[in-house]
Amino acid sequence: MIKTLKNKCPKEVIHLHDVDKFYHMGETLVKAVNKMNISIKEGDFVAIMGQSGSGKSTSMNLVGSLDIPTHGKIYLDEKDTSRFTESDLAQLRGKKIGFIFQQFNLIPNLTALENVMLPMLFQNVEEYERKQRAKEILILVKLEKRINHYPGQLSGGEQQRVAIARALANDPEIILADEPTGNLDSRTGEIVMKFLNKLNEEGKTIVMVTHDKHLALEHAKEIYWLKDGRVEKITRKFGSEWKKISDCHSNHKS
Amino acid sequence: MIKDYFILSTKNLKRRGVRSWLTLLGIFIGITAVIALISLGDGLKLAVNSQFGVSSTQLITVQAGGLSGYGPPGSFVVNPLTKEDAEAIGKLSTVELAIPRRIETLNLEFNNKLQVTAVGSIPTENTQKIYELQEISAQYGRLLNKDDIGKVVLGNNFADAKKSGFDKEIMPGASVTINERKFKVIGIMEKKGSFILDNAILMLEPDLNDLMGNADRVNMIIVKIKNKDLMAKAQAEIEDLMRERRDVKKGEEDFEVSTPEAMLATVNQILTGVQMFIVLIATIAIVIGTIGIINTMMTSVMERRKEIGIMKAIGARNSDIFLQFFIEAGMLGLIGGIIGVIAGIGIGYAGTLGINYYIGSETSPTINFMLIFLTLIGSFIIGAIAGITPAMKAARQNPVEVLRS
Repeated sequence: MIKTLKNKCPKEVIHLHDVDKFYHMGETLVKAVNKMNISIKEGDFVAIMGQSGSGKSTSMNLVGSLDIPTHGKIYLDEKDTSRFTESDLAQLRGKKIGFIFQQFNLIPNLTALENVMLPMLFQNVEEYERKQRAKEILILVKLEKRINHYPGQLSGGEQQRVAIARALANDPEIILADEPTGNLDSRTGEIVMKFLNKLNEEGKTIVMVTHDKHLALEHAKEIYWLKDGRVEKITRKFGSEWKKISDCHSNHKS
Repeated sequence: MIKDYFILSTKNLKRRGVRSWLTLLGIFIGITAVIALISLGDGLKLAVNSQFGVSSTQLITVQAGGLSGYGPPGSFVVNPLTKEDAEAIGKLSTVELAIPRRIETLNLEFNNKLQVTAVGSIPTENTQKIYELQEISAQYGRLLNKDDIGKVVLGNNFADAKKSGFDKEIMPGASVTINERKFKVIGIMEKKGSFILDNAILMLEPDLNDLMGNADRVNMIIVKIKNKDLMAKAQAEIEDLMRERRDVKKGEEDFEVSTPEAMLATVNQILTGVQMFIVLIATIAIVIGTIGIINTMMTSVMERRKEIGIMKAIGARNSDIFLQFFIEAGMLGLIGGIIGVIAGIGIGYAGTLGINYYIGSETSPTINFMLIFLTLIGSFIIGAIAGITPAMKAARQNPVEVLRS
């Protein structure tokens, strides 16, 4: 079925199909995500928009295959993630997705260089190559003078650039950014966003989770509007105009 | 790749607080005890054995009243041995030679100072034999011959101003006063490493009898056995003979027949007991240390849940996380081991120096590098084993739960 769909849509890098994620909170069942369908196409810049409590964080974890759905299927690079062991999935995730977090989430006792080298270690890249590539990427994010600094010695903007460099380490197809500007001042945030746009232009697929409507409207090409654990609507930018669309995959599958 | 996990672990260990290091105390104490015991233990054994002046294994000593608490052997006993006893023992089929010896405490005067000293008699018959049997030789001057009346040979400590107790060394040619009679020093014995022998005086039997009276009195009979294999038989024969002569029943002996082997065995038995006790303490310490490492690693896993989540998000497999914590725990154990080995060797050296200083022995600490190497490997393994459960806990962390905060 996927094969026939392939002709109609661009290649899907991530696909959530009828995904539910339920939690038990004491006696009550919390439906964090309910019958969600998300399709991320290669080279796209997608924003997942929602206020807190909209299921935004849960969907981000599911999109990043950090979490396992209660029901439904998640396809990463057209592979059913439920068929993978936890470790194999971690390997695939490390190779295909680069994560950028709101809190930067650098390892505090590793230098900028070592932080960037780390994802490559988990992909069994040789040390020399790891170091070379990490240096190159740090130059790319203009941190060549900070490579031996520890996260605690860096400003917020610098830390986020290290995080971006780390996300790029394994040359992933997808960059998953969770409120990437959330902890930055507007000027630094703008620099980070411009960098994400640049990466997108170079062919990387960007998925950004945010509560900031303006940020999404300004930088993304497609927006999933979440409300109460469901996709309320999907809008896409055509020229400078946003139009409501329906996802080609979910149409066919549901 | 494993090298990288060692580097990561080292970095993680560096930022640990005092709390983590305190948990190493158990491993540290355990390893210190083991290494100190081993480096000191052999030295201790050597030192104690040399204190007994153990010489030829074909030697049996007979004393009355068992080992007396104070003073030289065989003194202050109710029913002393006699020369006839020695003669009777000498006639036994297993015995080659039985030499009666008298050992008394006398007053030695020199350099206007007085000191109570043990004096051993040298028989006028078999004079050379006794030197041979007890492995006595002269370092300075010469030993006593059968006609050296009015002359003495002193223990090695008297030739050392610091150890003589007279603030001055006594050398051959000097004159000393023993129980108000002048004696000429003709020789100094070679150092024996034994407190008793190195502080003793040797004089001819007639001289000692003259000073003390009661010429028949004997404190100790030195018995040489014909053949080493006859030791046990000879001991039994002597015991039978002595029981008969002294009219005592078996089990009520007022004398003691001891072989150097038996003395050695007793000493070694006591030392082994001490060693077992220390090993037991070391084992308990290591068990406590292991629990300490489990505890500190568990805490560490809890503290670093977020970090584990990040690592998993950026592609770390469960095995990568496991390995990191596993190695970290092993390194903790290893650090405890290294400190323990250093402290243990330190104690070994200090202890040996102390033993040598106080009892005048000349032992050196036993440093076994293979053992140290194995100890370090062992301490790493202990740490790593302690780290298994925490590392598994770390590996099983759900990345989502830890990233949520």
